[in-house]
Amino acid sequence: MSENQVVNDILDKEYALGFTTQIDSDTAPKGLDKTILDFISAKKDEPQWMLERRYKALDIWQKMQEPSWANLEYPPINYQDISYFSAPKKKLDSLDEVDPEILSTYEKLGIPLEEQKVLAGVAVDAVFDSVSVKTTFEKQLKDKGIIFCSISEAVKNNRDLVEQYLFSVVPMNDNYFAALNAAVFTDGTFVYIPKGVRCPMELSTYFRINAVGTGQFERTLIIADEGSYVSYNEGCSAPTRDENQLHAAVVELIALKDAQINYSTIQNWYPGDENGKGGIYNFVTKRGICKGANAKISWTQVETGSAITWKYPSCILAGDNSVGEFYSIAVASRAQQADTGSKMIHVGKNTKSTIISKGVSAMRGLNAYRGMVKVGSNAKGARNFTQCDSLIIGANARAHTYPYIDVHNASANVEHEATTSKISDEQLFYLMQRGLREEDAVSMIVNGFCKEVLGKLPMEFAMEARELLNVTLEGSVG
Amino acid sequence: MLHVKDLKVAIDNQTILDGLNLDIKKGEVHAIMGPNGVGKSTLAKVISAHPAYEVLGGSIHYKGQDILAMDVAQRALEGIFLAFQAPIEIPGVNNMYFLKQAYNAKRAKQGLDEMSAVDFLKLVKEKTAKLGIKADVFKRDLNVGFSGGEKKQNEMLQMSILEPELFLLDEIDSGLDVDALKSVAQGVNKLLDKNRSVLLITHYQRMLEYIQPDFVHILHNGRIARSGDISLAREIEKNGYAMLEDVRSVS
Repeated sequence: MSENQVVNDILDKEYALGFTTQIDSDTAPKGLDKTILDFISAKKDEPQWMLERRYKALDIWQKMQEPSWANLEYPPINYQDISYFSAPKKKLDSLDEVDPEILSTYEKLGIPLEEQKVLAGVAVDAVFDSVSVKTTFEKQLKDKGIIFCSISEAVKNNRDLVEQYLFSVVPMNDNYFAALNAAVFTDGTFVYIPKGVRCPMELSTYFRINAVGTGQFERTLIIADEGSYVSYNEGCSAPTRDENQLHAAVVELIALKDAQINYSTIQNWYPGDENGKGGIYNFVTKRGICKGANAKISWTQVETGSAITWKYPSCILAGDNSVGEFYSIAVASRAQQADTGSKMIHVGKNTKSTIISKGVSAMRGLNAYRGMVKVGSNAKGARNFTQCDSLIIGANARAHTYPYIDVHNASANVEHEATTSKISDEQLFYLMQRGLREEDAVSMIVNGFCKEVLGKLPMEFAMEARELLNVTLEGSVG
Repeated sequence: MLHVKDLKVAIDNQTILDGLNLDIKKGEVHAIMGPNGVGKSTLAKVISAHPAYEVLGGSIHYKGQDILAMDVAQRALEGIFLAFQAPIEIPGVNNMYFLKQAYNAKRAKQGLDEMSAVDFLKLVKEKTAKLGIKADVFKRDLNVGFSGGEKKQNEMLQMSILEPELFLLDEIDSGLDVDALKSVAQGVNKLLDKNRSVLLITHYQRMLEYIQPDFVHILHNGRIARSGDISLAREIEKNGYAMLEDVRSVS
């Protein structure tokens, strides 16, 4: 068996999360105009001020053009052929009322909503299509003054915080997909950590696209007040379908003075088949701001899914001595296309940023790293280190690197390192000569390549990521 | 143990081995000598199923079994071990983890349960003590940043853990000073017994002072040109490989 064949077999395992759940949905008619915003807002029982913002965003979006600068190829998206809202019909007050089908979906996804999570110390805000079904741990967190709820609840109950910070890091007019999201965002997570509070558990959200022909437009807002700390994990999956589904999410992080936010993502949306049929179009805007001095924001992402990924988690380092980090593993196999990377905007003095990107391309996958490091004229003593490694498996996979560096302060220190390598026959031969099967040898090499980033994930997440990268966990750490 | 008959091998359409015959019995040590580029390493790689080489004809039997259809891992699990001249570096793969996976692959083949990390570390400690080497080095990434001597010691450690039956030692003396060479050779000797066989590939006779061969073969023009005992190696050392030209004219 040739190297390519084996690798293809490994990477081409059937998408394990490709089941659908039969439940009655409350779905908006296809298309996008003001009446759809009214529909969404009414369904969510929103205050008028929120609806006004949606109108404004729609107005902005309608005047914008879809961007074409990314190294991605896909047929035009018909935005009028999408339903912008889908929710389970039943109204839910407690877990007992959650549709058993939904709960069993979570089980299949391996999200233990109850005891296991209690033991694991993880609070989960599960988003099923567009409505937050259930939030666990809310009470325990409340005792510390932590707010962890759906964004819709926050819109109703925490107007001051939401008004102050929503759209403050990713404005409505930031880009085409951010504007679309601002108009139609359905649900998502809201987190507020009060001054000096260290969030006692990992916060976690699972997003899942279920209904046919619906887009998912969640919006997440995390605010870490002065001296606080929070670690947030987000996981995603979607059922297998022939048509492409649009996912345009926005995440905004705000870290005030001395605060720290760690944000981890495992994105395993349905990638489509080997001919590029089906799969999620993932256009996501994620950005955080280190608003105060000594703040720190750290993004870690493992992107293994989606037909198309367009995503650049970024940090605005406004506070002096603030720190931004981006650790990424992006896998593009089958006919997947990933254009992903990060932006680090140095504004404050002695700000520091690190970008470590590991791209794996296999089969006909296309992986592009796109990153920008910008140092403003006042950012005295700014430092950046970027390392960007690509691993290519097989003859048809591709990898590209597009680094942009823009420095306006002479005292800045910006380093960029990039490597591109192939899994060599000699490496495979060596491992196999010691008795390892070819597929185990390949995954061992891929895991080794990604090790630096895997080590940045919270333990539980790292395990899932390793499984995704097709590897036995035991003993590989340390 | 190993029975190679009329073996013809090519790489990139160029014939390297052309009708090679070789018989190695249980417990025997065979040395293959010959000048650079004559195909010594090719022989070791073909026996271990390196995918770059094409077998054009002939057969390889190992423990009575035709192994030509087996892939690299299958042959390895049957007890064939190739000690590399230049072990390749694999970044990010912990050496101990790799070794443990390899060891457990062997156990799985024997129908045994996986060995736990704790027991495995004990085993490594025991083996390194026996070989007289320090285990610390081997906790790093696989061969990454190892010195020449450390790489060879790591091969020895793998050998002692995996306990193969047929050792293919491909110029393990290259890049080693005399002391390191001695220590590696002693390590090999400790692993040998009447049930294990060695195919030792080397340029120089000095290796044979430490690992004593029962047979010495000279590889030339794709086949074994001459066979003998250690005295043949000494003759080569004295006269060089030029004498082979005479051999050819005779044959």
